[in-house]
Amino acid sequence: MAFHIRISPGSATPIFRQIVDQVRLAVSTGRLAEGHQLPSVRALAEELVINPNTVARAYAELSASGVIESQQGRGAFVARSRQIYTAAERMRRIEPVVDALLAEGLPLGYSIDELADLLRSRGAQLKQPGKRP
Amino acid sequence: MNRETVIETFGLTKYFGRACAVDQVSLAVPRGSVFAMLGRNGSGKSTLILMMLGLIEPTRGHAVVLGEHSNRLSPAVRGRIGFVGEGHPLPGFMRVRDLRSYQKSFYPTKWSDPLFRTLIEHFGLHEKSKAGQLSRGQKAGLAMALAMASGPELLIMDDPALGLDPVARRTLLEAMILSTRDRGNTIFFTSHELADVERVADHIAILDRSALRVCCSLDTLRSRVKRYLVSPRDAAVDLSALPGLLQARRLARETEVVAVSHPDTLPRLQSLAGGAVEEAPVTLEDIAIGYLSEQRSRVSLLAASHAEVA
Repeated sequence: MAFHIRISPGSATPIFRQIVDQVRLAVSTGRLAEGHQLPSVRALAEELVINPNTVARAYAELSASGVIESQQGRGAFVARSRQIYTAAERMRRIEPVVDALLAEGLPLGYSIDELADLLRSRGAQLKQPGKRP
Repeated sequence: MNRETVIETFGLTKYFGRACAVDQVSLAVPRGSVFAMLGRNGSGKSTLILMMLGLIEPTRGHAVVLGEHSNRLSPAVRGRIGFVGEGHPLPGFMRVRDLRSYQKSFYPTKWSDPLFRTLIEHFGLHEKSKAGQLSRGQKAGLAMALAMASGPELLIMDDPALGLDPVARRTLLEAMILSTRDRGNTIFFTSHELADVERVADHIAILDRSALRVCCSLDTLRSRVKRYLVSPRDAAVDLSALPGLLQARRLARETEVVAVSHPDTLPRLQSLAGGAVEEAPVTLEDIAIGYLSEQRSRVSLLAASHAEVA
């Protein structure tokens, strides 16, 4: 499987959140396609050597936000993408990330156009499964 | 999750002479949890565990373990508890296979030879090795294998990661996760390894100088405790009046505040400091140090020595 979750304890981001973020990124960039089966809670917990409740919590959150679908007895699958947030909510969520990019990028001497190019090429890179970004 | 409780203590207190080792500790360990207890050396963790197991008698209070009073645990209930003591004490003259038969004789119905073999192989042990000649990691593995192969529904471990190298520690964590395959199994352990605690624990308690400061789920603890970076107008500003303050630590330029957060923490902090306050990411280590530092307010050793040099 080309997609592997990596977690780092000791971070300010709780482990369940690290899992949620990585699955979200992989789904939104197309690296994990619709219908792709995720490992079971138990299997992922044993692979990452973490408490199964932590994985269960991450999956519950991914399920609640429509990223994955849990099918009784069959496991968890990447769901068909659908927009569940309002336009205002989407803006509220993306704005701090855009600000962070500008705050890092502009002092380093990148122009806004160069940053936009970087976003495009990075997006294309993340879409190719198997290639390490 | 089943909310049944496997360990409950009621005002558990222990004095050794005039010295208080454990002070009125009341906690509950839910069935199926992996429960980590943090605390500095000498904070009373081992004494608390020995009281839970009925191995020393409390001065006051009592504990109920698997439904029985800990001072009167029946052999049947003891047979459902696995215990790994601090420093993995094992009789040094015995070989791995002798220890196996010895331990097995106490748990004839539930003992699993295949599980024992799997565990000792993973810790790099041989049946013929003598317990006294093992490395620390191997001793830990043997103690863990002896406890786990008896199929305990409650596994109690006192600082199992003490002195282990990274590889042995990882194997220990794997063994703990393995034990949770049976959802009814509960693990209670003490540790200083916060990264390990974060990986395997879902409940956490913090014992500070004999008293219980925290007992809740790890998620609850992480969401309640916040960290702020304050640039006070006056460097010597006193933040001790802040409700929920765990620690205010003066760094070279700013003051780092770790506090149990309430809705009015931020405005209170702003009015006390009279300067900019910014919420900052918080790690489990920040939280643990916040609870376990002896002084609420302190100047970082590095910032202090910097000031002296300058």
